[in-house]
Amino acid sequence: MNGIHDMGGLHGFGLVVQEKNEPVFHSHWESRIFCITQVLDTKEIWNLDEHRHEIELMNAADYITAGYYGRWLFAMERLLARKDILRSEEVQRRVDELHGGVSPLSPPDSSSRGWPLRDESKVRWGAWRHEQTVQPRFSVGDSVRVRNIHPEGHTRVTAYARGKVGVVDRVNAEAWVFPDTRAHYRGENTQAVYGVRIAATELWGPQAETNTWVFIDLSEDHLEPV
Amino acid sequence: MDNHSSNEKPWQAVRTEAVESLLVELGVIDSARVDEIVRHYEEKVGPKGGARVVAKAWTDQEFKKRLLADGLAACAELGLGGPETEKLHVVENTASVHNAVVCTLCSCYPWPILGVPPAWYKSSAYRSRMVREPRKLLTEMGLPLDPSVEIRVWDSVSEIRYLVLPERPEGTESFTEEQLADLVTRDAMIGVAKVTV
Repeated sequence: MNGIHDMGGLHGFGLVVQEKNEPVFHSHWESRIFCITQVLDTKEIWNLDEHRHEIELMNAADYITAGYYGRWLFAMERLLARKDILRSEEVQRRVDELHGGVSPLSPPDSSSRGWPLRDESKVRWGAWRHEQTVQPRFSVGDSVRVRNIHPEGHTRVTAYARGKVGVVDRVNAEAWVFPDTRAHYRGENTQAVYGVRIAATELWGPQAETNTWVFIDLSEDHLEPV
Repeated sequence: MDNHSSNEKPWQAVRTEAVESLLVELGVIDSARVDEIVRHYEEKVGPKGGARVVAKAWTDQEFKKRLLADGLAACAELGLGGPETEKLHVVENTASVHNAVVCTLCSCYPWPILGVPPAWYKSSAYRSRMVREPRKLLTEMGLPLDPSVEIRVWDSVSEIRYLVLPERPEGTESFTEEQLADLVTRDAMIGVAKVTV
């Protein structure tokens, strides 16, 4: 989807501000969200592509103001609700109780829910299927065009590269899951991923900086021969 | 700038507490396991791991060859590895080529090698500008490069992660591997700084 998350080339965000002696996490809740997500990643509840896509579905203004971990919090709540593991009204009730200093806190509903997962709901993690092999269509040195596509769902082909021509710099000939389809449970479609070298002039025209190249990793389905 | 402490809202802390407590009560997660992972990122992984890799590559040509051929396997020799990095490409800076890494779509980063990324790496400004005007941005960040130096920006939007192998600074010929590792900064391994003595 063409969303605010696809930031390559946008204007208007100002200076990059570097913080001296930055802590690993700026607050307790950020460390919890980051690490709860990593625990949930191992629970076969979701795949990494649908997690990224959930963030992309955030309202654009919220995406900008929530910050990195705020986006993760959003995705966690929404995915758990979608899968009926944790309902949004349960979270809201708990939030209200915590704000109000209510004790004891109401337990989660006792009705049946999506947890524990049924076998058919279990999702496999990882992006590289080691047990599979793929036959790459392109070789190092091939000229390729990034496909000009604008899917409404998840995609890892960046908007600024679409329609642009580059050269295959590296072939990652492993069986990589295709995020665009896995995010929507439309199959893993494993395929090679290519490091494609594109000249800045091809990407940015007269505004390009001199002697500059961008290398983008793209799935085979995002490329076409020139 | 986004993701900065000034933007933190107390409601996010409360919501996090609500979600965590409910997940624990439902038996989905164990808070002790979350504590362990927090400690892992706060105390065990971080740029020091990557710095050891760089220092070894500077002092051991055979290791450097293995590192450039298969980054993850070479890092594993030093005990580094873990989630969110399934393949690692190491790109080498020279007098004529400068590499820098970004992820314009989210903030992909080699966690097991460098730890949690800094806020600026995740900022809208860095993600939007690094692919369009890296020369200008690097200059602003304190790294002006001669126009004759080729800039290569790696937009790591797939599941392959990148680590920059910085140039070894002059005047360090007598340094031990450990002394060299102390010089290597996170920013140099992302490619927005050089290593200096």
